[in-house]
Amino acid sequence: MPLIKSPEELEKVREEILSRRDPHKLCISVCAGASCLASGAGEVIAAFKAELEKQNINADVDTKGSGCPGFCEQGPVVVIHPEEICYLQVTPDDAGEIISQTIVGKKPVERLLYTDPDTGNKVVKMNDIPFYKNQVRHLIGNNIKIDPKSIDDYLAQGGYAALAKAMHEMSPEQVIEEVKESGLRGRSGSGFPAGRKWEFCRNSEDEHKYVICNCHEGDPGSYADRRLTEGNPHNVLEGIIIGAYAIGAQDAFVFVGDEFPQTVENMRLAIKQAEEYGFLGKDILGSGFDLTVRISIDGGGYVLGESTALMASMEGRIGEPKTKYDHATDRGLWAKPTVLNNLQTWANVPLIINNGAAWFRQTGTDGSTGTRVFSITGKIKNSGMIEVPMGMSLKEVIYDIGGGTVTDKKFKAIQVGGPLGGFVPESQLDVQVDYDQMTDAGLAMGPGLIVADESTCIVDMVKYFLTFLAHESCGKCTPCRDGIRQMLHILNNITAGRGNKGDLELLELISTVQKKAALCALGQGASDPLLSTLKHFREEYEAHIEEKRCPAGVCKALGAVSSGANV
Amino acid sequence: MGEVTLTIDNKEVKAEEGMTVLEAARSAGIKIPTLCHHEKLEPYTACRICMVEVESRGRSELDTSCSRPVKDNMVVRTQSEELTEIRRTLLELMLSHAPDARELQELVEEYGANRNRFAKEPSFCIHCGLCVRYCAEVKKKNAVVFVKSGVRREISFNKEIASRECWKCRECFELCPTEALQTAYLLTEALTSDSSSFELEPDA
Ligand SMILES: Cc1cc2nc3c(=O)[nH]c(=O)nc-3n(C[C@H](O)[C@H](O)[C@H](O)COP(=O)(O)O)c2cc1C
Ligand code: SF4
Repeated sequence: MPLIKSPEELEKVREEILSRRDPHKLCISVCAGASCLASGAGEVIAAFKAELEKQNINADVDTKGSGCPGFCEQGPVVVIHPEEICYLQVTPDDAGEIISQTIVGKKPVERLLYTDPDTGNKVVKMNDIPFYKNQVRHLIGNNIKIDPKSIDDYLAQGGYAALAKAMHEMSPEQVIEEVKESGLRGRSGSGFPAGRKWEFCRNSEDEHKYVICNCHEGDPGSYADRRLTEGNPHNVLEGIIIGAYAIGAQDAFVFVGDEFPQTVENMRLAIKQAEEYGFLGKDILGSGFDLTVRISIDGGGYVLGESTALMASMEGRIGEPKTKYDHATDRGLWAKPTVLNNLQTWANVPLIINNGAAWFRQTGTDGSTGTRVFSITGKIKNSGMIEVPMGMSLKEVIYDIGGGTVTDKKFKAIQVGGPLGGFVPESQLDVQVDYDQMTDAGLAMGPGLIVADESTCIVDMVKYFLTFLAHESCGKCTPCRDGIRQMLHILNNITAGRGNKGDLELLELISTVQKKAALCALGQGASDPLLSTLKHFREEYEAHIEEKRCPAGVCKALGAVSSGANV
Repeated sequence: MGEVTLTIDNKEVKAEEGMTVLEAARSAGIKIPTLCHHEKLEPYTACRICMVEVESRGRSELDTSCSRPVKDNMVVRTQSEELTEIRRTLLELMLSHAPDARELQELVEEYGANRNRFAKEPSFCIHCGLCVRYCAEVKKKNAVVFVKSGVRREISFNKEIASRECWKCRECFELCPTEALQTAYLLTEALTSDSSSFELEPDA
């Protein structure tokens, strides 16, 4: 591939790719996301290939291992283009039937279609399934059409057009203005306006600047960030390159853990392809702008996602948070001006440049624009990766997209934001996916949603998060390290039937001091799951302490017969 | 370096730019408790006992005085009910590990800390990191380091370096606010003369 040196050349390459592709040609897409691969997607793809060959129609039908379309609960997911017929929980044994019935016979295989649990009706097309229909999928909607390992697939979907536009039609300042105008806020949950952060960094005097993409995602049970990156790495990469151009950074890093090999592999390949096409390296698209992107493998550990710990670890120092009075946009990585953004923040940038800030603002609320990609797990019927418009209520997320609880058991709470987030009870489900509403409700807009039903013991679940933090805190400062230790001690007593009067007040005292005195946001937020449940489910704690009873029947020491694992 | 004027506990204090609030307070004879602070070492901000209330440019917040740079017109309060509650609770958390640590005793009296508020987990270490940092920053030897994270964090002597360096140094011993360090070292010493592969790993 010769380097692409101008927007015109890019469009030529795109036309050439499209001319080789017949939009009406049949294509069998099998989700090759980590979750579907784990449930056998690799074998399913192989079975389709073998079957097509056997029936001697392999020239007429393409196969593709695609980015994750999100319905992980029902994987492996198979979609047949161009009609977008969607089959769920497909096994290699189904390949023959799908090919004879659907590819050759043009009839759907009824038993593999989605069944509406209310009506019993079969749904043929992917976007008619309520799980998909009720989402707004600006970021992940194309995943099923894209092989994450193919830059041509990304280009066929209009990829890198935003980069060409930014570099040739806009000054760096105009890009920043557009991003500011879009209202894009930090998707790590920080909610910090991205455009403003970029502007601080651009205006910083030092010539050498860095950009970092935070793909760490250490929240237990959450997988939205890594699945998004893994499913469409070029989208994230394009956002990073545009951002680096706007900020004036010469070096960019993708910070990602090697516990997500699929994400690392796909991103590494994407960087290599982008270099080969001229979207990275010297004089990108003939603009005179140079950029290198490298992958920085993190050593694991939740706290490494925190910005000062992350940068310390990238510099080869111990990955512990540090009290800092300089903004990273003035003195960040190696004391150079640095912008650190979450991968979802970066992924939105091409959308904003392509469609404009006004278009972007059409989705969402005044203070929270665009969409948010979550993973939703726990006792929910349709677990998976979802993209929802900001402003959607949690109730709609749970019932319209998630399909409600997995069994007939009653909904109890949804946990938002992981170990530093909070719980929302049924009575407060009108809370919207909106930074400010979530903050007011004691929640953090992290990437993971976990649903609990009445078989979940809230005390046990809070204990789970604190146990996680007990290991994942760096252990440097007293209120976090010893505060968590004592909180866990008290909670363990409570669930073991040794709770005492005054325990809840003591928990509240530790939380108050920890929130005020801990060094970093991990310690400051460590008590949030506890505090939100003391507010909404206090009687459940009291039942454990005063009546020595676990209302959910989970805590063994209090007479529960079922096993105690909740999450 | 310019001079700045700030107010600490209603007292006007002059300080050099680049000083910390703690240094400015101490120069004016105002006492702020510290445990992990040491003049020769970088601010560590781990024990949190030196937290004060800082008002600067219209914003009021709690911060560690050992790290906070002074600013002109800054207003600092080193005592308040809130700060007392924080310091008392921090002390009580530390007492659960090292109830007899000598440096805690005076503060325990001053802040009315309850020795039995929290369950005891005697490790004798309050994780101030003085030994670890002194060895790294001043002696540049890294003979004693922190190992493990979170609630399992503990100090550990590197047997190889310790057997080479510590015997003639031992300067960190007197920095330790508890008795833990000397014990840990003596254990290590005992182990280095032993060829067994036994690891120093008390229960978390
Ligand atoms: C304990 C802790 C863990 C964090 N983990 C992550 C993470 O995994 N991914 C992430 O993007 N941000 C994480 N953050 C937030 C980052 O420090 C930083 O604010 C963020 O990457 C900025 O991106 P944004 O402005 O685009 O939201 C974490 C923060 C804390 C305190
Ligand atoms: S709050 Fe927790 S994670 Fe953050 S520095 Fe303190 S001990 Fe480490």
